[in-house]
Amino acid sequence: MSILIYAESAEGKFKKVALELASYAKKVAESMGTTVTAIAVNTSDVSELSNYGVDKVLKVTNDKLNSFNAKAYADVIKQAAEKEDAKIVVMSSTTDSLYAAPLVSVALNAGYASNVVALPLSTSPFQVKRTAFSNKAFNVTEIETEVKVIGLAKNSFGLVENASTLAQEDFTPSLKDSDFSVKVESVEKVSGKVTIADAEIVVSAGRGMKGPENWGMIEELASVLGAATACSKPVSDIGWRPHSEHVGQTGKPVAANLYIAVGISGAIQHIAGINSSKVKVVINTDADAPFFKVADYGVVGDAFEVVPALIEKLKAFKASNS
Amino acid sequence: MKILVCISHVPDTTSKINFINGDTEFDTNGVQYVINPNDEFGLTKAVILKEQQGATVTVVNVGGTDAEATLRKALAIGADEAIRVNANATDGMFVAKQLAAVVKEGNYDLVIAGKESLDYNGGMVPGMLSAMLDYNFVNSCVGLDITGTDAKVMREIDGGKETLSTSLPLIVGGQKGLVEEKDLRIPNMRGIMMARSKVLTVLEPTNDAAATKAVKFEKPAAKSAVKLVSADNLDELVNLLHNEAKVI
Repeated sequence: MSILIYAESAEGKFKKVALELASYAKKVAESMGTTVTAIAVNTSDVSELSNYGVDKVLKVTNDKLNSFNAKAYADVIKQAAEKEDAKIVVMSSTTDSLYAAPLVSVALNAGYASNVVALPLSTSPFQVKRTAFSNKAFNVTEIETEVKVIGLAKNSFGLVENASTLAQEDFTPSLKDSDFSVKVESVEKVSGKVTIADAEIVVSAGRGMKGPENWGMIEELASVLGAATACSKPVSDIGWRPHSEHVGQTGKPVAANLYIAVGISGAIQHIAGINSSKVKVVINTDADAPFFKVADYGVVGDAFEVVPALIEKLKAFKASNS
Repeated sequence: MKILVCISHVPDTTSKINFINGDTEFDTNGVQYVINPNDEFGLTKAVILKEQQGATVTVVNVGGTDAEATLRKALAIGADEAIRVNANATDGMFVAKQLAAVVKEGNYDLVIAGKESLDYNGGMVPGMLSAMLDYNFVNSCVGLDITGTDAKVMREIDGGKETLSTSLPLIVGGQKGLVEEKDLRIPNMRGIMMARSKVLTVLEPTNDAAATKAVKFEKPAAKSAVKLVSADNLDELVNLLHNEAKVI
């Protein structure tokens, strides 16, 4: 047996989450005395996986798989798991992997634990720690089936370098027409902007900004930090910012390294959505705003003065550190 | 068209989360329950489809008797009938198997289930259900048009959205965007009165086993107090983020 990971790529390059999965799977494999196999779809250069402990890669090359298709990808992963006799399949928490993982789970008759945040607490019985109640709690889940699917929460394990000798093998799964019964017609993607899902840093703002015309400084702060921009629910509800920027319990989740909240009071639903972020900074005029209770660093002050000043300080910092 | 909307009965988003019995069970004391927000978008979409092109809308929950109030609320919003599968929703695989039995029996054309529930956040039931039934499936659905048996579905992707074409029978994992928040329906008095006389059928569960079990729960460790930095001393904030937190 080995542990199988689905190593996602975009434009021929592995995503950071693929390397995080490899790092995680390697540690699990070491504790169980086994190896890590990755499945890579239409990725020509797979050598990067050898820096993160992957022992073998199954390379699938098929034009039909150029756009992500959950059913077809799940079929590929299932066939790879059977070929490798993998008892553990590790997937990420990208939108695509969250789409395919339940299909893989049923195909392999495997119990599936999503939002897993740490190495297994025990491998026999197999117990993992995951977030539940929208990040307000953790839950220890025991997977009782022989084959197990783990969904690793984004940014929960990080990258661990671990050099390995990578064996490469071409793999040609048999795909059925019915795997493609949902077809991609068109894709709309904002180009040249850091997305909330991929961002290491997120700059988020709320009603304290007083109006959409004042977002220039938020975008500039984000640009200085190479960050994505986000907003609170009220701001997206009143149409100051697009829905796609709404983060929180009913919006997008954020698991960034740094989350900066400007003029956001910190309602319990907002905090639930961003709480997986490692470091939180709050800038708010109201020292009693609930966000200060969950933040690591806080500035009590007017965003209209603090943000422009912070931009200047960060520009100076970046200039002296580059 | 026959539409089935899967409804989770979950703590309101403002609920304080606590556990009892040695941290093995959620403490329901003082907790208000609501229709899972992701399911509420799906329910509203189903009611709109019914109004626009004709359909029957059935709502289903896998849960105990306490979930019936939530099902009645869904009926008051505009569903025609309700089904409760009388079992604890212990695990996603188990719930999907219960729902698969309901779908097979009722022969639904369209099944809408929230992409995840706000309590367990498994995010697996709609996908598992599609794999068990071999129905077409689109997750993170933010738009749905149905013409005859053809479906055009918008899916949220990281950093954008894509448009997909498929056909019925179809399962979608719903979320905000399937309908806008302002279009969500609030039960009115007439709806509440009518809901009282709508049929709520209780089914016994199949004997399928769960694939996972929740062993215990933990609350996040208490956080150390926020470090306040003066608005006049932002160099210190930059310094802390660089040297202490190491995030810039």
